[in-house]
Amino acid sequence: MNIMDIITDPNTRWILLGTMFLGLSSGVIGSFAYLRKQSLLGDTLAHAALPGICVAFMLTGVKSTSYFLIGAALAGLVAVFLISVLTRYSKIKQDAALGIVLSSFFGFGIVMLTQIQQSEYGNQSGLDTFLFGQTASMVMSDVYMMMTVSFILIFTCTVFFKEFKLLSFDPGFAKGMGLPVVFLDYFIMMLIVAAVVIGIQAVGVVLMASLLITPAVSARYWTERLHIMVILSGIFGMMSGVSGTLISTSVNDLPTGPLIVLSATVWFFFSMLFAPKRGVLSSIWRRVSTKKKYSLEQDRRKGSHSS
Amino acid sequence: MNQAALKVENLTIAYHKKPVVEDVSFEVPEGNLIGIIGPNGAGKSTLIKGILELIPKISGHITIKGSTYKSMRKSIGYVPQRESVDWDFPTNALDVVMMGRYGHLGWLRRPGKSERQKGMECLEKVGMAEYANRQISQLSGGQQQRIFLARALAQEADIYFMDEPFVGVDAATEKAIIQLLMELKEKGKTVLVVHHDLSTVKEYFDWTMLLNKKVMKIGPTEEVFIPEYLQATYGGRLAILSDTKSGLLLK
Repeated sequence: MNIMDIITDPNTRWILLGTMFLGLSSGVIGSFAYLRKQSLLGDTLAHAALPGICVAFMLTGVKSTSYFLIGAALAGLVAVFLISVLTRYSKIKQDAALGIVLSSFFGFGIVMLTQIQQSEYGNQSGLDTFLFGQTASMVMSDVYMMMTVSFILIFTCTVFFKEFKLLSFDPGFAKGMGLPVVFLDYFIMMLIVAAVVIGIQAVGVVLMASLLITPAVSARYWTERLHIMVILSGIFGMMSGVSGTLISTSVNDLPTGPLIVLSATVWFFFSMLFAPKRGVLSSIWRRVSTKKKYSLEQDRRKGSHSS
Repeated sequence: MNQAALKVENLTIAYHKKPVVEDVSFEVPEGNLIGIIGPNGAGKSTLIKGILELIPKISGHITIKGSTYKSMRKSIGYVPQRESVDWDFPTNALDVVMMGRYGHLGWLRRPGKSERQKGMECLEKVGMAEYANRQISQLSGGQQQRIFLARALAQEADIYFMDEPFVGVDAATEKAIIQLLMELKEKGKTVLVVHHDLSTVKEYFDWTMLLNKKVMKIGPTEEVFIPEYLQATYGGRLAILSDTKSGLLLK
């Protein structure tokens, strides 16, 4: 298939639209997670979503994004609660606590997933695609859900931009000013969970964190202004979604989710190398030219001394 | 000075069951520059954070000008320790200063022209106007401290809490900061400063609080900052004092 065929194919068009919005929203909310040093939290929330979704499916018996959203949100809350209990009442540091909670929730999720697979719902449930995502299983209502969630996400981040900014930069000052920091903390976490849930079908819980983190890290290379970074991160996410989907449709049998993630990684490497000011090449260039300038000056000084 | 700018009653704060600040009560009159002095681990920062409700307290009651802390929030300014934030944040100096206006703006409203103007004024006051558009990680430690101070000025508060504003700044910045604090005081503002350097206490502060878990003494500096009370506050560690500049100061 060539590009034109892909774009005119209505089915692919829907999927493209879905992955585009997914990349956009996870890029936007991921920026705040990254700046608040909560990248690993995004990963934990994504993995914790799996048991939440399984429980939601077991209780309702239907594959419905809104039930999954509730399940994932509740599981995320429990995970976050456990992390804060672990770090507060034991000597375990946050990274270790995140590691423990992430893997145990995921393990629990896999056990339940296997259980569901062997039950009367059988493979029809299609929940196994949630591990690494499968865009082919996406239906129109999923795409609508993705669009709705990303509109809400972007709207919220725009309205509360000032509060989110202060909270990310200086939570202590925000608290002193009277902002409900704990509430906002959970609020942002819920937004991350929302991005995770709409991403599960396309990218899967295992790789979802990369869509939250990688576009944000890439965007940070290009700018020193927060709002530009958030917009750029959304654009990077969007482009990853689009290019991943296009590549997977034009090359047969390549999985879309991992390709989206790899596209994001390509953008990351590109940014890391070529970004002006913060990029690797530019900093090497700066170092070399400073050195050159300095040695030229030294030579000149020597020259003027000897003459 | 009929009403206390700040009144703290029976404040106790604990980390992991161990009280760091124990049953602290004191009153601070309006229009003073107050230094909070004490050995490491005496709970100086904790006291400030407890008053500002940044950390939970076990007990205690705080009144600001006779009203509850919550109702007076807008008239409180805060300068946290410089290391408490990551300076590699995508923002510039002016933007950080404008954050001081967020409390007055409230939810939903965005900072606009008047906030920008206010921010620039405050930057000017701390001598940083030319750095307004500089990314904050490209500022020196002293400049970053000035930015935090400018942000607190933008809060237009009546009572300021400053957590070690003189740590890691050069002599010129320290002088500029203290100048500014004196100006605030002259305008009738109350400024509480966590301070480390005993040699400058007499020069900087009209009032001094000696803290070591409890308030050992609080009052006008000339009455409080005397060897007897310092000994009681610092315990054995005062020995170091006698052969430093501050030791000479004490004699």
